Amino acid sequence: MLTLLIAIPLVAAVAILLGACAKKTALAAVAANLVLTLVLLVQNYGAPGYQATASTPLIPALGLSYSVGVDGLSLLMLLLTAIVGFAAVWVAPHPEKLERYPGLYYACLLFIIAGATGAFASLDLFFFYAFHELALIPTFLLIGIWGSGDRITAAWKVTIYLALGSFVLLIGLLALYFSIPEAARTFSIPALQTLAAAGSIPQTPWIYLTILLGFGVLISLFPFHTWAPQAYASAPAPAAMLHAGVLKKFGLYGLLRVGLPLMPQAAQHWTNLLLILLVGNILYVGLATIAQKRLDSMLGYSSVMHMGYIFLGIAAFNPIGLTGAALLIFAHGLSIAILFAITGFVRDRTGSLEFTKLGGLAKPMPFLGFTFGLAAFASVGLPGFANFPAEMSVFFGTFAHAGDGLAFSNFQVAGIAALWGLVISAVYMLRGYRAAFLGETGKRWVGLADLSFCARPAIIFLLAATMIAGFRPQLLVNLVKPTVKGILQNQTSLSAK
Amino acid sequence: MPWIILFAPLISAAVIVLFTQKWKNLSALISIAAVLVSLAASITLFLNAPDSAATATIPWLDFTGFGVPFKAPISFTIDGLSKAMMIVVTFIGALIHIYSWAYMADDEGKSRYFAGLSLFMFSMLGIVFANNFLMMFIFWELVGVSSFILIGHWYFRNAPAAAANKAFICNRLGDFGFLLGILLVWVATKSLDFEGIKQAIDSGNAPFLAVPAFATATVVLLFCGTIGKSAQFPLHVWLPDAMEGPTPVSALIHAATMVAAGVYMLARIFFIVKISPDAMQVIAVIGTITAFGAALIATQQNDIKKVLAYSTLSQLGYMVMAVGVAASSAAMFHLFTHAFFKALLFLGAGSVIFACHHEQDIWKMGGLVRKQPITFICFLAGTLALMGIPLFSGFYSKDSILVAAYEHHRILAYFGLFTALLTAYYMTRLFVIVFFGKAHTEAASHAHEAPVVMWGPLVLLAIPSVIAGYASIAGHFLPVPEHHGESIVPSLAIGAGVIGILLGALLYFGKAKDPIRIPLLANKFYFDELYAHIIWYTQDLLARICAFIDRWILDTAIVRGLSSGTWATGFVMRFAQAGNLQGYALLFGAGVVALFYFILFIK
Repeated sequence: MLTLLIAIPLVAAVAILLGACAKKTALAAVAANLVLTLVLLVQNYGAPGYQATASTPLIPALGLSYSVGVDGLSLLMLLLTAIVGFAAVWVAPHPEKLERYPGLYYACLLFIIAGATGAFASLDLFFFYAFHELALIPTFLLIGIWGSGDRITAAWKVTIYLALGSFVLLIGLLALYFSIPEAARTFSIPALQTLAAAGSIPQTPWIYLTILLGFGVLISLFPFHTWAPQAYASAPAPAAMLHAGVLKKFGLYGLLRVGLPLMPQAAQHWTNLLLILLVGNILYVGLATIAQKRLDSMLGYSSVMHMGYIFLGIAAFNPIGLTGAALLIFAHGLSIAILFAITGFVRDRTGSLEFTKLGGLAKPMPFLGFTFGLAAFASVGLPGFANFPAEMSVFFGTFAHAGDGLAFSNFQVAGIAALWGLVISAVYMLRGYRAAFLGETGKRWVGLADLSFCARPAIIFLLAATMIAGFRPQLLVNLVKPTVKGILQNQTSLSAK
Repeated sequence: MPWIILFAPLISAAVIVLFTQKWKNLSALISIAAVLVSLAASITLFLNAPDSAATATIPWLDFTGFGVPFKAPISFTIDGLSKAMMIVVTFIGALIHIYSWAYMADDEGKSRYFAGLSLFMFSMLGIVFANNFLMMFIFWELVGVSSFILIGHWYFRNAPAAAANKAFICNRLGDFGFLLGILLVWVATKSLDFEGIKQAIDSGNAPFLAVPAFATATVVLLFCGTIGKSAQFPLHVWLPDAMEGPTPVSALIHAATMVAAGVYMLARIFFIVKISPDAMQVIAVIGTITAFGAALIATQQNDIKKVLAYSTLSQLGYMVMAVGVAASSAAMFHLFTHAFFKALLFLGAGSVIFACHHEQDIWKMGGLVRKQPITFICFLAGTLALMGIPLFSGFYSKDSILVAAYEHHRILAYFGLFTALLTAYYMTRLFVIVFFGKAHTEAASHAHEAPVVMWGPLVLLAIPSVIAGYASIAGHFLPVPEHHGESIVPSLAIGAGVIGILLGALLYFGKAKDPIRIPLLANKFYFDELYAHIIWYTQDLLARICAFIDRWILDTAIVRGLSSGTWATGFVMRFAQAGNLQGYALLFGAGVVALFYFILFIK
C-alpha cells in the first residue's frame, strides 16, 4: 500500500516524460494518492506502533533494507503531502501556458511528491534520507528553469545550502550509526528505537548537535535560514507550496522520528541552544519580515519565522509541546500553501509583487482577496484554523516547564518571546494584506480578472482542510498521540536508568 | 437552548458566505432571522433555565489522555451574569440587524456585511457563555476578527482599511498580555475552567497566586486583555478610528457589546482580580485616566461619531474604574444601561448622518429638530441618560460607580465627577449644534425623517435607555448595587451635570463656528503622532536593522563569503556559467548520491 503510494507519482512522472498528457496524468496521480492516503488514515487511525509495514532486505550485511510503515505522525505527514500535493498540481499552470518543457515541469512536481511521501513512509534510515535527496533535485530544476527574478542564483543557492545541510545531517546520522556497538548496527528505525529504549545508543551530545544542525539547515533554523526567502520568492507557486508546505517539514519530521526518540538525553543537552536559536527565528526573522517590501519575500520570511514555533514545541519535549509541534507542522503547511498559491496567481496577473505597486487588489479580485485574508488570519494564529490550536498547544507545553520558585524557566522566557511574535506576525501580515489587497485600487489594476472558477476548488480545498483541523483539533491530537507517547517513553525509560 | 443561541448566527454566516452571496436581500433576511432566533431562545432561556442549567459540552482540545491537566471544551456558563449579558447582546443585536436593513440598503457589500454581523454575534455570545479561559480566548480573538471585517467593510477606501488594521493590532497587543496571564493562571492552578480555578484558589491549591508579586503580575496581564478590547488608555487609539466602519457597526460593536467584553471578562474573573489589591489599584487608575482623558478630548471633536466614540471610551473608563474599586456589580450595571443608551445614540447619529447624505461634521448640520422629530426625541433620551440626569438610566448606574469610588478612593471619585461635568458639557455642545440653530448646509436643510425600520429600533432602544436604571426593572436582570445610607455623591453628580449643561448651552447655542479652540484636545493629546514616532523608532527601525543584517551580513558576507572560499562555489560557478542548467543539475544530484554511497561503503 505504501509502496503504491510512492510508486504512483513516480510512474506518472515517467509517463509524462514519455509523452502522456501532463496535467491529466498528474492530477489523476495526486487524486489517487489522496484517496489512498485517506484510506490508510481511516484504517490505521489511533493504532499504536507501525502499521501497513512492508520490508525487503537489500544489503543484509549492513542491515540495509527497503522498509516502509506508518504511525500517527507519519500518517499526518502523508496527509499533508497528499493534500498540498493535490492542490499544488491543481493550481499548476496549464501545460500550454508554460514556455519551456511543460512535461518536465509536471514530472518535477510529481518527483517532489514522491520523494516526500517516500521520506515520510520509510522505516529505514537510508531510504528516509535518500527520498528527501530525491525531492531536492526537482526543486532545484523548478526554481532554476521556471522561477522568476534571479532564478539561477536562487536555484543554486538553495541547492548548495540544502545539500550542505543534508551533508551535515549525513555525517550526524553516520556518526550515530557507528556509535552503536557493531553487532547491533542497523538502519531500521523501529529497531533503532528499541535499541534506544534499552539504552544501547550512546547519548553523545556532539552527534545530536550535528543531526540537529543538519536538520536545522533544512528547516531554516536561525541563522541558517537565508536560503529560504529568496528561494520561495523565486520558485514557481506550486514548487513554493510543495517545498515550504511539505518538503521543508522533512527536517522537523526527522527530529521527531529520529533525533528525539533515539537521542533523548543528548537532545536535552542542547535545549538552551535550541531555545536561543528559535527565538532568533521568531524575533529576529520576524522583525526582518516586517521590513520586507515584496509580498513573496514577506511570505518567505514569515515561513522561516513560524518554524520557530515548531522548534519551540520540540524543545519543550512534553506531551502538549510535541503534539503542538506536530499539529503546527500540518497547519503551517496548509496555510503557507494557500498563501503561496494566491501569491502565484497575483504575480501572473500583475507581474509585480512590490507593495508600493500593488494595492486594492481585493476590489477587482474578490475571491483572491477574501481567501488570502482567511489564509493570513490562519497564519497569524486565529481560531477557526488549524494553526490556532497548534500554537496554543506549543505555548502551554512551553509554560508547563515551571522555573525555580517564582523565576521564569528558560522555556517560559522563550515562550514570552514567542508570544510577542504573535504581535509581530499580526503586524507584518496585516500590513502586507493591506498593502496588496485593501485600500484604493491602483488604476492599472482596475480591470484585473479574478481567479477562474476551475482553479478555485484547490484553494477552497486547502481552506476546508485547515478549518476542519481548526474546529476539531482533537482528531489530530489523537492521531499523533501514540507517537508522542512513544517518544516520551524512550526518554523516561532512559532517565530511569 | 444555549446551543441554538450560540450557533444560529454561525450557521447564518456560513450559509451567506457559501451560498447566498449573490442575493443580497436574502442574505440580510437570513442574518436577521438568525439573530431573532437567538433573541427568542435567549428570552426562553432567561425565563426558564435555572442558573446551573447543565448542557452538553463539545470537546475541543484535551490533553488529559496524556495525564496533563489541560482540557478546553466548548461549554457554557449559565448564571445571572451571562444571562443578563446574553439578553443585552441579542436584544441590541436584533435591533441593529433590522436597522441595518435600511441603512445598508444600497450597499453592494450587503451580503458580506450581514455575514460579518452574524459572525460577530456568534463570537460575542461565545465570550458571554465561555466557562473556561481558552474558550473565552477563542471567541475573544473571533470578536477581533469580525470587528476587523466590519470596520474594514469599505475596504476599498484607505481610511477604513487602515482603521481595521489599527484595531486589530491594538487588540493583539492587549492579547499578548491576556494570553500570558492565562498561561500564568494555568501554571498556578493547573486548571483552565473558571470553576476549577476558583476551587484551586479557595482551597489554597494555588501557592503562586498567594505570592503578591505573582498575583499582581497575573491580574495586570489579564487586564491587558481589557485594555485592548475595551480600548483603555494606552491602547485606546483604535476605537475612534474604528468609526470608519458603517454606523450600525459602531453602535453594536464599538459601543454596546464588543468593547464591553473587556469589562464583562473582568466581572467574570473577578474572583481572581480581587486577589491582588495592587493590581486593582492599577485597574482603577487606568479606568479613571481613560474616563477623564477621553471626556476632555470629546469636548473638541467635530465628527458626530468621534464625539460618541470618545464618550464611549470615557464610559468604559467608568466601568473599569468600578472594577478597580471592587464594585464589579456596579460595572456590570453601567455596562447594562450604557449598552442601551449608547446604541441608541449611535443609531440616532446614524439617522442624522443618513438624512444629511453621509455628512458627519456637526458644523454642517443644524436645525434638525424640525426635520427629524422622532430622532430628536430619541436622541434626547439617550443624551440625558448619558449625562446622568435623574430618572434616566445612566444616572443610577453611574451613581453606583461614583459612590463606590467615593468610599474607596476619594480622588478617583472627584475625577469621576469632573468627567460627569465634561460629559454633560460635550453632549450639550453636540446636541445644540446638531438639532438647534439654523441648517448650516444644503444637505441639512433638506434632511427628513428616517424610514420606519430605522426609527423603530430607536424608539425600542429609547425605552430601556430611560427605564433600565430603575432597580425594580434592572433587578430582574442583574444584581443592582444598593446605596449604603446617605451619600453626598448623587447631589454632586447632579450638580456637575447641571453645570455642564449650562456651560455647553451658553457657549454653543446659536453658534455657527466653534468659539473655543484647544489644539491639544482637538488633536487627541497627539497620541497617534506619539505612537507613530515610537513605532517608527523602535519596531520599524529594528525591523530594518534585522533585514539589513540578514541580507548583507548573514547572507552575502558570511554565506557567500564562506562558500566562495570553498569548493562549492568553484564547482557551482563553472557549471552555472557553462549554461545548460538541467544537465548539470542532474549531475549535481547524482554527485550527492554518489558521495553518500562513497561514505557509506568505506567503513
